[in-house]
Amino acid sequence: MSKVKVAALFAALILPAAVQAELPIEQWKTDTGAKVLFVESRELPILDVSVEFPAGSARDSADRSGVASLTARLMRLGAGGMNENELSERLADVGANLSSRIDVDRAGYSLRTLSGAREREQALGVLRAVLQSPEFPQPVLEREKSRVISALRESATRPATIAERTFRELVFGDHPYGLPDSGEIDTVEQISKEDLRAFYRLYYRAPAAVIAIIGDVTRDEAERIADDLTRGLPQPASAIQPLPPVTPLTEPVERWISHPASQAHIRVGMPGVKRGDPDYFALWLGNHILGGGGFSSRLTVELREKRGLSYSSYSYFSPYAEKGAFLIGVQTQKEQAGEALAVLRSTLARFVEEGPTPEEIEAAKQNIVAGFVLRVDSNGKVHEYLAMIGFYGLPLDYIDLFPERIAALTSEQVTDALRRRLDPSKMVTVVVGPETAR
Amino acid sequence: MLKIHRTLIVFLLTAVLAAATAAADTRSLHDRTLENGLKVIVKEDRRVPVAVSMLLYKIGSMDEVNGVTGVAHVLEHMMFKGTAKVPPGEFSKIIARAGGRDNAFTSKDYTGYHQSVHKSQLPLVVEMEADRMANLILREEEFAKEIRVVMEERRQRTEDNPHALLYEQLVATAFVANPYRRPIVGWMNDLENMRVEDAQAFYDAWYAPNNAVLVVVGDIDPEEVFALAERHYGAIPSRALPERKPQTEPQQKGIKRLLLKAPAELPFIAMAYHVPVVENIDTDWEPFALSVLSGVLDGSTAARLPRELVRNTRVANSVNTSYDSLKRGPGLFFVAGTPADGRTADDLEAAWREQVRRLIQEGVSEEELARVKAQVVASFVYQQDSVYAQASQLARLYSVGLPYDAMDTLLQKFQAVTAEQVREVARRYLIDDALTVAVLDPQPIGERRPPVEPAADVDEGGSPR
Repeated sequence: MSKVKVAALFAALILPAAVQAELPIEQWKTDTGAKVLFVESRELPILDVSVEFPAGSARDSADRSGVASLTARLMRLGAGGMNENELSERLADVGANLSSRIDVDRAGYSLRTLSGAREREQALGVLRAVLQSPEFPQPVLEREKSRVISALRESATRPATIAERTFRELVFGDHPYGLPDSGEIDTVEQISKEDLRAFYRLYYRAPAAVIAIIGDVTRDEAERIADDLTRGLPQPASAIQPLPPVTPLTEPVERWISHPASQAHIRVGMPGVKRGDPDYFALWLGNHILGGGGFSSRLTVELREKRGLSYSSYSYFSPYAEKGAFLIGVQTQKEQAGEALAVLRSTLARFVEEGPTPEEIEAAKQNIVAGFVLRVDSNGKVHEYLAMIGFYGLPLDYIDLFPERIAALTSEQVTDALRRRLDPSKMVTVVVGPETAR
Repeated sequence: MLKIHRTLIVFLLTAVLAAATAAADTRSLHDRTLENGLKVIVKEDRRVPVAVSMLLYKIGSMDEVNGVTGVAHVLEHMMFKGTAKVPPGEFSKIIARAGGRDNAFTSKDYTGYHQSVHKSQLPLVVEMEADRMANLILREEEFAKEIRVVMEERRQRTEDNPHALLYEQLVATAFVANPYRRPIVGWMNDLENMRVEDAQAFYDAWYAPNNAVLVVVGDIDPEEVFALAERHYGAIPSRALPERKPQTEPQQKGIKRLLLKAPAELPFIAMAYHVPVVENIDTDWEPFALSVLSGVLDGSTAARLPRELVRNTRVANSVNTSYDSLKRGPGLFFVAGTPADGRTADDLEAAWREQVRRLIQEGVSEEELARVKAQVVASFVYQQDSVYAQASQLARLYSVGLPYDAMDTLLQKFQAVTAEQVREVARRYLIDDALTVAVLDPQPIGERRPPVEPAADVDEGGSPR
């Protein structure tokens, strides 16, 4: 009886055609060589500006890991003749938010400010100083090192952090993607002001900068903002070396690490996919069905809905300039870690072997195509896309392209990509919590 | 220098207010109440073809009784477990097939269910949400699985998180009689002994149209939303709700202290003062002064606590305050922090007390006041960028009994706060007799884990680096 009614509900779904974001993205280069992506959006009196560089944690060396992160962190704590308090006050006085961000590839600053001329100029003035004339004051460096080291000591007691760190080490080996985001206690201790200055001069260079602007300004104003932000950036002669490729795993690796927490933290995965990879869309869609699609995904259904084993289970690809990790994560009561891991593995193995069903593909495509507008329904979200498109040199119509490429995929293509790119027999497994696999 | 600075800030604030008003004005608000008591609020945001629908029940963990703590949240989970029309587990799948996202949340004051969809799918989500207000089927076998999921959630969020555990103890100690003392997720033993009948009783008692508000924000026509609400909710009868006893917290008469041992590396201290919340939006001033006070202390990296305690005196690695003036129950003003390397929780507490002394003796400057007000207005403007945040804001105003258009009044009340009022609330409320102090005493996690050796096979073939 209920089946009929559900069918009626489904029939009631009249899905909109692929929603064209129709975002008029403008792109140009400043005289200094920086790339600018701009969308004019006048409804709200808000301006978002980010400036990013190839200065992520993968630019660290193993014996000085933490330099990239500390550089980004320190730039706003003394710049352009202003101390940290003055910089903070100038932002706060106009209600502006300035945040630094860093991942393995990218580092930089993102500013959100009201777009009125006075607020905007004052906030952009701070951003300009932070980018162009950071001072890395010695006492501030000492204090921040001490704070970072304390945080590292604390996080080393947390099972989630232990699992992440171990997983990255095992998946990436010597590759710099395996380095910890904010360094290690003994590498951070050794970082000097000169390390930060040298890192800044090498990587925060104008020709490598990507500026993303969205909001309540004209193209002319955006050009002036971009020129102004990049004018005084370093222009070193040497080239930035490309990152090495990630070495594939050749054998399964498994680590069990005991911890007194009540839950076990399970991580399973391998090197995955990079930006611009031809398999990216097929893998993305496949993962959406496996563990990226929230309550409807297979991992959630198998672990949570059918068995009540877990509150949280997920999987994702993290595409970077080189292959980032494919990762499945689950947390479950320690005593049932073995059962959860077995369900996880059988779900993954079956999925890679058989691929998604045509119904799953159809449902996932409908979700992504009909719901794509939700990924671009605020300036903040579009801004993230602009920064990403600019940094990785993706096509300017990427936001429109994404649902189109997803809609064009067949279940055979997805299954083929999963089989070629995921090998459940050669993955890293990390379990933090129980003593052993028993 | 200082004078110029001050003039500039006043000028800026005027401009900021004008901008905020402009942003709020372009989006019209509409409301209607159905005959069965369901409140419907609509806000138009026409930038993109999306709609966020949020149904908020004015029922939260504060409405539970001892022995079944956590049932409001458990019921929230069970709301996804099916009706006559929608089989267990299908609710979110149907929304997903329609391109939507959905989720739910439970607080001490309310329980909310929300979907974000392309605007063409709004009728579907309104229909489905109305369906489970009246027709939920609570099945024993689904409950048996879901209660285990909720226990995992408690382990994940609280049991294995020393700071969350400390806050749980802090609040349970600050309140004696008021139900705010209980954790939203419930005590573990109550979860272990909960039965499907408990969830059913809670559903039957509280899930009624006259105890709910439907908020829809997006690229939608208000009249169409009202018609949709009428069509799908109109036939659900209103119900007499159980009496809500006030359970007023007796006045605290002296400082309370507690110590919690948990696996961690660093100590942590969290403090809570009893303070008022908004009761009468037109005549109250103290809650707004307390909000401004929280901003003066911790509203930005330029605020007093990060400047004095983290950067200047280096007593703390991090410190923060929090205060929510819009609550159904009694208010707390929180101050918490991690001591810096070589400093103790006692040092941090002493440094905080010195800050309180200075607040009361010296007050706050006009610059600090203007800075906080500028931030309040700016964050209101920034909130207009998120369709979800706008819906959430409107639903929350309703949950504490404020009119749906109270935001304008709230902003004006913030702007009206004087430096003397900020000093006055510090003097009245940041007192030991109203204070509870909780300290985390970190315990070693056992023998050091052996260093994890990278497997040789990972590096085979040699990295080119």
